[in-house]
Amino acid sequence: MNQKSAFDYSQYNLPDTSGHFGPYGGRFVSETLMAALEELREAYEHYLKDPAFLKELDDTLANYVGRPSPLYHAERWSRELGGAQIYLKREDLNHTGAHKINNTVGQAMLARYMGKKRIIAETGAGQHGVASATVAARFGMECVVYMGAEDIQRQASNVFRMKLLGAKVVPVTSGSKTLKDALNEAMRDWVTNVDNTFYIIGTVAGPHPYPAMVRDFQAVIGREAKEQCMAQTGKLPDALVACVGGGSNAIGLFYPFLADKDVAIYGVEAAGSGIETGKHAAPLCAGEPGVLHGNRTYLMEDKDGQIIETHSISAGLDYPGVGPEHAWLKDTERASYVAVTDDEALDAFHALTLIEGIIPALESSHALAYAKKLAPTMKKDQVIVVNLSGRGDKDIHTVAAREGITL
Amino acid sequence: MAGSRLKPCFDNLRAQQRTALIPFITAGDPKPEVTVPMMHAMVEAGADVIELGVPFSDPMADGPVIQKASERALAYHTSLRDVIGMVKEFRKQNEQTPVVLMGYLNPVEIMGYEKFAQEASAAGVDGVLTVDLPPEEAEDVMDIFSSNNLDPIFLIAPTTTDDRIKKVCSVASGFVYYVSLKGVTGAANLDIQGVADKMKQIRAHTDIPIGVGFGIKDAETAASVGSVSDAVVVGSALVNKFEEFADKPDNIQKEVVAVLSSMRSALDSGMEKAASK
Ligand SMILES: Cc1ncc(COP(=O)(O)O)c(C=O)c1O
Repeated sequence: MNQKSAFDYSQYNLPDTSGHFGPYGGRFVSETLMAALEELREAYEHYLKDPAFLKELDDTLANYVGRPSPLYHAERWSRELGGAQIYLKREDLNHTGAHKINNTVGQAMLARYMGKKRIIAETGAGQHGVASATVAARFGMECVVYMGAEDIQRQASNVFRMKLLGAKVVPVTSGSKTLKDALNEAMRDWVTNVDNTFYIIGTVAGPHPYPAMVRDFQAVIGREAKEQCMAQTGKLPDALVACVGGGSNAIGLFYPFLADKDVAIYGVEAAGSGIETGKHAAPLCAGEPGVLHGNRTYLMEDKDGQIIETHSISAGLDYPGVGPEHAWLKDTERASYVAVTDDEALDAFHALTLIEGIIPALESSHALAYAKKLAPTMKKDQVIVVNLSGRGDKDIHTVAAREGITL
Repeated sequence: MAGSRLKPCFDNLRAQQRTALIPFITAGDPKPEVTVPMMHAMVEAGADVIELGVPFSDPMADGPVIQKASERALAYHTSLRDVIGMVKEFRKQNEQTPVVLMGYLNPVEIMGYEKFAQEASAAGVDGVLTVDLPPEEAEDVMDIFSSNNLDPIFLIAPTTTDDRIKKVCSVASGFVYYVSLKGVTGAANLDIQGVADKMKQIRAHTDIPIGVGFGIKDAETAASVGSVSDAVVVGSALVNKFEEFADKPDNIQKEVVAVLSSMRSALDSGMEKAASK
């Protein structure tokens, strides 16, 4: 054990006041945004203690999003794998079909309490864009979503959903025309319209306070899971597994368990065609620290510090960075980060669909694929909680195309 | 060497009551061989300081014009090391004109701060402006820069509060860079009265020269901004020419020189300046 793993999680209170998780996180943005980020930090710290805000948030999560989401014992699949009992945290049953809405509801409410009438968002697969457009409709706000021109081609139905919801979808043609470029473009919009605009970032990335704020809005996943696991099994889980793109569904599950040192934590990145091929999206497993999108974290970059393209069958994991808190959890060895390939994820996608009658998102299928490897190495009375971050309806075209089927 | 070339340069300009003209171009745009001869031509056309953009894959603070410049330069894999090499080449014939590197933090982070500072300084770089490095995150970096005679250049924006202006000015050296509008490089119109007001606010805290950039698109805006500032930085208006003539690189120099010369004469004949000072 190295010295870093001696970091004491029983008193965990990161980030520090300037938004750092050890060397990671922080606020690396141009000067124009510094005042807006300070305003946001103050508002977020204030309203997260405001009873009226919290009550409205709870009501909205209960009656609009449909929380709490169930914790489901996948008995047949567990039996087939022949090891630990697998429980699925059913974020796929939320309104709009993924965990993303936990965060967009929180941030849109914050925008409204702050008096901002226009919201902007970036999106890759379109899930966060749809979740943002949804809450914008719900709260009567103007919504502009930035989306890479490549992704717009690949995710036509989500683009149409956003439009139905009244959002304007702006194609981004700079750089690699994907999620990272959409984030750049949303930042550019924010710098320009900073007075009236609230930028809803879709994951635990970005400058302080975003990583902490998005985590706090997603932590409802872990709080519920903890209670549900105690109620159903009489104990804490032995292991947690979640997929990591930017890392919001993962940190949402992990965060309430960080002080429970006997709970093992696994974050699963996208190995794409295989880490050794270089065609992947696994900055924690195969990248190195750098600065992008306002924070210091692990990145996929070349020797000159240019950000490189990522590859994954799952659009939601196709991001070259990762939330800074995960970088810290990795370095201190509180969590283990692993990666599974496109093929392994597809395998798990089919397994869960056939055996449990649940079609998982391709993102979530990465977590399932790792659980599938982990369960047989554990005892039958042990428990793994897997975050089923979203449903797979959005992915059936991708799966069909990959398998040579025309719909 | 004690200190960079920036302070003597600005002292000199002040003594002559001249406003500095600072062109920005992206190094390696549209191909690497263009850059060093262009730097010499710009000095010839009246540039007092040169800002050399270091290409980055994710230029979050830049508008489409400078984004595309980065993309053109990156097609040739122009790296931070290459840019430092260009400055070294430039210095073979020009020992006086200060050169400031402007870019994003990640290429510097990957190279290593210490190594970067030593190599840049040895090559003849005078200042470094990393757009995504506010003073709050820059403490260690500033020590390394200053022990290598590199001035850290910081930004002040229309949204910067009085408290932060104080903070930025207390750590800045060389000059401070006032971003004249809310937005990205190359954005719409700047509000000259707003700029003038902000200049007063900044000058209340510091004596350090103030350069104004973003939105200076022609001789007229250069002259009016120059009448209230110590320097004008012109970027997109020049980089536009690189885009327009990207496939005829031999023509770019003439075009850029024409824009700069017109700005130079507008600045020099700006009589308002003497009156307002
Ligand atoms: C269902 C689902 N899971 C996971 C992700 C990845 O994001 P994060 O790592 O922030 O949870 C996405 C992103 O689009 C998603 O749609």
